[in-house]
Amino acid sequence: MHIVIVGLSHKTAPVEVRERLAFAPTAMERPLRQLLDLPPLAEGLIVSTCNRVELCAATKEPDSAVAAMRRFLADYHDIALEEIDPHLYDYQGEDAIRHLFRVAASLDSMVLGEPQILGQIKTAYGYAVEFKTAGLILNRFLHKAFSVAKRIRTETGIASNAVSVSFAAVELARKIFDKLDDKGVMIIGAGEMCELAAKHFISNGVTKTLVTNRTFERAEKLAAEFNGRAVPFEQFTDHLAEVDIVLTSTGAPNFILGHRQMEEIIRRRKHKPMFLIDIAVPRDIDPKVNDIDNAYLYDVDDLQEVVQANLKERKKEAGKAEAIVDQEIGQFYQWLANLDVKPTIIALRSHLEKIREQELERTFSNLKDLTDKQKKGIEAMASAMVNKILHKPIAMLKRTQDETSGEDYVDAVRSLFDLPAPSFEDKDIRTLDEPEQ
Amino acid sequence: MIVDVLLFKITLLIYFVATICYLVGVITRKEQFNRSAKWILIGGFVLHCITLKVRWLTTGITPVASLHESLSFFAWSLIGIYLLFDLRYRTPMLGAFISPLALALMILGAAAPKKAPAVNPMLDSWWFPIHVTLAFLGYGVFAIAAMAGIMYLLQERMVKSKKFSGLFYRLPSLDTLDSMNYKCLTFGFPLMTMGIISGAIWANSAWGGYWRWDPKETWALITWFLYAALLHGRLSIGWRGRRAAIFAIIGFCCLLFTFFGVNLFLSGEHTFRSFTGE
Repeated sequence: MHIVIVGLSHKTAPVEVRERLAFAPTAMERPLRQLLDLPPLAEGLIVSTCNRVELCAATKEPDSAVAAMRRFLADYHDIALEEIDPHLYDYQGEDAIRHLFRVAASLDSMVLGEPQILGQIKTAYGYAVEFKTAGLILNRFLHKAFSVAKRIRTETGIASNAVSVSFAAVELARKIFDKLDDKGVMIIGAGEMCELAAKHFISNGVTKTLVTNRTFERAEKLAAEFNGRAVPFEQFTDHLAEVDIVLTSTGAPNFILGHRQMEEIIRRRKHKPMFLIDIAVPRDIDPKVNDIDNAYLYDVDDLQEVVQANLKERKKEAGKAEAIVDQEIGQFYQWLANLDVKPTIIALRSHLEKIREQELERTFSNLKDLTDKQKKGIEAMASAMVNKILHKPIAMLKRTQDETSGEDYVDAVRSLFDLPAPSFEDKDIRTLDEPEQ
Repeated sequence: MIVDVLLFKITLLIYFVATICYLVGVITRKEQFNRSAKWILIGGFVLHCITLKVRWLTTGITPVASLHESLSFFAWSLIGIYLLFDLRYRTPMLGAFISPLALALMILGAAAPKKAPAVNPMLDSWWFPIHVTLAFLGYGVFAIAAMAGIMYLLQERMVKSKKFSGLFYRLPSLDTLDSMNYKCLTFGFPLMTMGIISGAIWANSAWGGYWRWDPKETWALITWFLYAALLHGRLSIGWRGRRAAIFAIIGFCCLLFTFFGVNLFLSGEHTFRSFTGE
């Protein structure tokens, strides 16, 4: 079994492309089922955040799976494959494992070491479990990825100095407003990043908090959490002039704040500066708003620029993290490979043992006047024969299990001896799973 | 006479060292350079005070009678006001912008003839020192407004375009720079207004007329209107930020023209004849 990943991220695709390929986090069942319907795929998982879309699968035919997954990503979003193809990457085997480990450990994040991505992958995995598109391999793979991420977080300084998109937003606000004490913030929509940024702002002195949401109850709930005030979504623009900082992260497909509206709001504020942070993908605020005097609009991509300098320190720590990833890949890849070889060996052995037992029984029933000593001798001979016959093939299987040719031998052995296909419910394989902490 | 020129040259040298220190501090981002630059500047300023006093005692009139003296006085008021500003805002970056400007004025002053002008009986009035002091303090304040404006435009450009250079971390926040603009305006505008009024009163006592549309007076009035427009825009229309910064820069250019241009290109009562050594 192979692990393959097809995806795109902030490193390969601009926000304009990513927002078109994103999967709505509230409706994951359909895409997950469709993904699993692709013939070469045995298990599937979709991670969709504002910075990346990753399709992860377990398959027996990695090349055709990759092709099918690329096609799926285009077809599902009704986009010509040629259009998005240059933005896509794919990984197989060890590279795929490395990729997911790195993503989970935030080594591939826009802000190196930012903590949100792990939660986002956990959520994505939760959906895959809920809709039963993750099986033994992805279960094991994801849990391993989580533990690798956790290990990196505790053993390296990659997450020290809380640098994140949300923190970068606070630093930027300080470059615009100097002090945040007398400033107000409005949170439009809800999202982990948005709430985190709001928390940062509040802990840095912002005193006034307005919250709006299409679902007013959610706005009220969040407002209570932040000691703020909820305003109805329909009238949120009326209250915009009251705040200095806007954090937006709605799932709206179109802009909810346009150029002309913002001009009017800035005028009403007597041109006091406003800092708008659009975390949503697709974006919530018309990018032209940034052209308005005293309005500063940053989208997800822009915030990346800001944190680059702060990331230099973390980059040093990333080296250590990569070493941990390499080490863990080895372990996991070994397990993945064993998954195929071990049951084959077990099946092969039990197949021959069965023959041995049957033949011994038949021989003993024909030769009734054998002494116990003679019986023991014949039994020993049969066992020795089985072991000697098995010795070389098993040694070969074990030796080649880490190589790509290993699967060819497994396949040959299974065909030659007509061994039954391995079941994932196999107890022997189960015991390979370490207990989860 | 020789003593005050020597003192002037030493002051210039100290300002030069302070400027270098500020610039090195900004480039290397080492705090100790900025700190020493400030102390060097303070030292220079104290010496500058002595220089002006010696000059005053030597010539017997307020040392703003020749171009050399005026430039020196301009630089003095600029540094003095910057040091006062620094108490409030503590931004070494502003020093890195102000000290080269003061240095440039000093170098020009060093180039101008240093001979004491023949005592003009007109200058022998109490209104003269009041007029020039108010005017030059206003110049100094507006120079700071203009420098803060340049810094604002630089910083604003980076925040807007989302492309950051090392300067981004060194420059103060937009809000701080904009409030400097406002502070300068609220101090500079009354100073300038009083400078013009005191000048008019002095003119009346000297020539028997408040206003004679001398080129310098005309340009001072144009500059005054520019700053008045900016103050009005700020207070009632809500001008701020970029627009206010640009206005402060234009206003200062206008002011520099009032100071230099009128002397060089136009002629009138304010012209320093001593520029050519006469």
